[in-house]
Amino acid sequence: MLNYIWGCMILIGIAVAAVTGRLQDVTNAAIESAKDAVMLCVTMLGVMSMWTGLMRIAERAGLIDMLSEKMAPLLRMLFPDIPRGHKALKHISTNFIANILGLGWAATPAGLKAMDELQGLNSRKDTASRSMCMFMIINMSSLQLVTMSILAYRSQYNSANPSEIIGPGLIATLVSTLIGVIAGKFFERGSGS
Amino acid sequence: MSYIMMLSNLIIPMTFAVIILYGYAKRVELYDNFIEGAKDGMQTVVGILPTIVGLMVAVGILRASGALDIISRLILPLTSRLGYPNEAVPLTLMRLVSSSASTGLLLDLFKKYGPDSYMGRFVSIMMSCTETVFYTMSVYFMSVKITKTRYTLTSALIANFAGVAASLLLTNILFPS
Repeated sequence: MLNYIWGCMILIGIAVAAVTGRLQDVTNAAIESAKDAVMLCVTMLGVMSMWTGLMRIAERAGLIDMLSEKMAPLLRMLFPDIPRGHKALKHISTNFIANILGLGWAATPAGLKAMDELQGLNSRKDTASRSMCMFMIINMSSLQLVTMSILAYRSQYNSANPSEIIGPGLIATLVSTLIGVIAGKFFERGSGS
Repeated sequence: MSYIMMLSNLIIPMTFAVIILYGYAKRVELYDNFIEGAKDGMQTVVGILPTIVGLMVAVGILRASGALDIISRLILPLTSRLGYPNEAVPLTLMRLVSSSASTGLLLDLFKKYGPDSYMGRFVSIMMSCTETVFYTMSVYFMSVKITKTRYTLTSALIANFAGVAASLLLTNILFPS
């Protein structure tokens, strides 16, 4: 699926550019983007390692175990296939909490570890397990309670009340996550683990 | 507003303070563990770098070609029948593939209509409840070499669509134009 989409994005881009006469733009964009990706990773290298360092302290202190214990009933419902007390649950909890707080770059390393643990439980290594699908769906349904960057842009453009969108934003976020979970659970029933 | 801004400014320092204090109380070797964890994080970033390069190149090519504008124009008859604001269509599509490009489009709309207009409010809410689906999916699945993603994309698109629909409905109810 991913291979297919990735290839399609490039081929569609080149085909459209050939028709609209934008091939030069495409050439520039390809090279610029490759450079931007590395620049992004340089920033990430700093910020993410700061978070993983801090999270390691939280882990050693037992803070993460405490939080994931609190989230256990919810996680059991979302991920019935993960055995109780499995490491994956700890990483999923960390990922969810960081996402909810809007600490996206603290969420990613925990999320990748969660995927790694889920892969250990997975019987077909090239195919996503039910737990992986659900974890990804929730991650992509937006969990962040308050999107600070949007509030900042609104103030920057002289909004009279930048925060008036917090309430509706929160409701819309809950709707998207809930619908995502329902959709995931619906598709889950029609297929194997 | 200032209250919320203050609270948000506190999130990161408070996260630091709570973790350090908790670690201190449990007699964890703070700096040693930080360094060990940070080393781990660096390896993670290096591991996902190739995925990000591949992804950003593909998105860059797609953007520069103008394909998204053409797709927006093609679905315009459908979206305007549904009462969807025309000029928000490219942003809605871009949101799925690129965070930085969609921010650019958001700011263009703010500049043109102002953040307190119907359009400004709608896109603000819509941006808060949607995610860059393709980016997240590539980075996470590629890290464990999963190529068959089953119903993940469909469900994620349904979730995002529901978020967009909810945003439109909420804007119409709370801020009628």
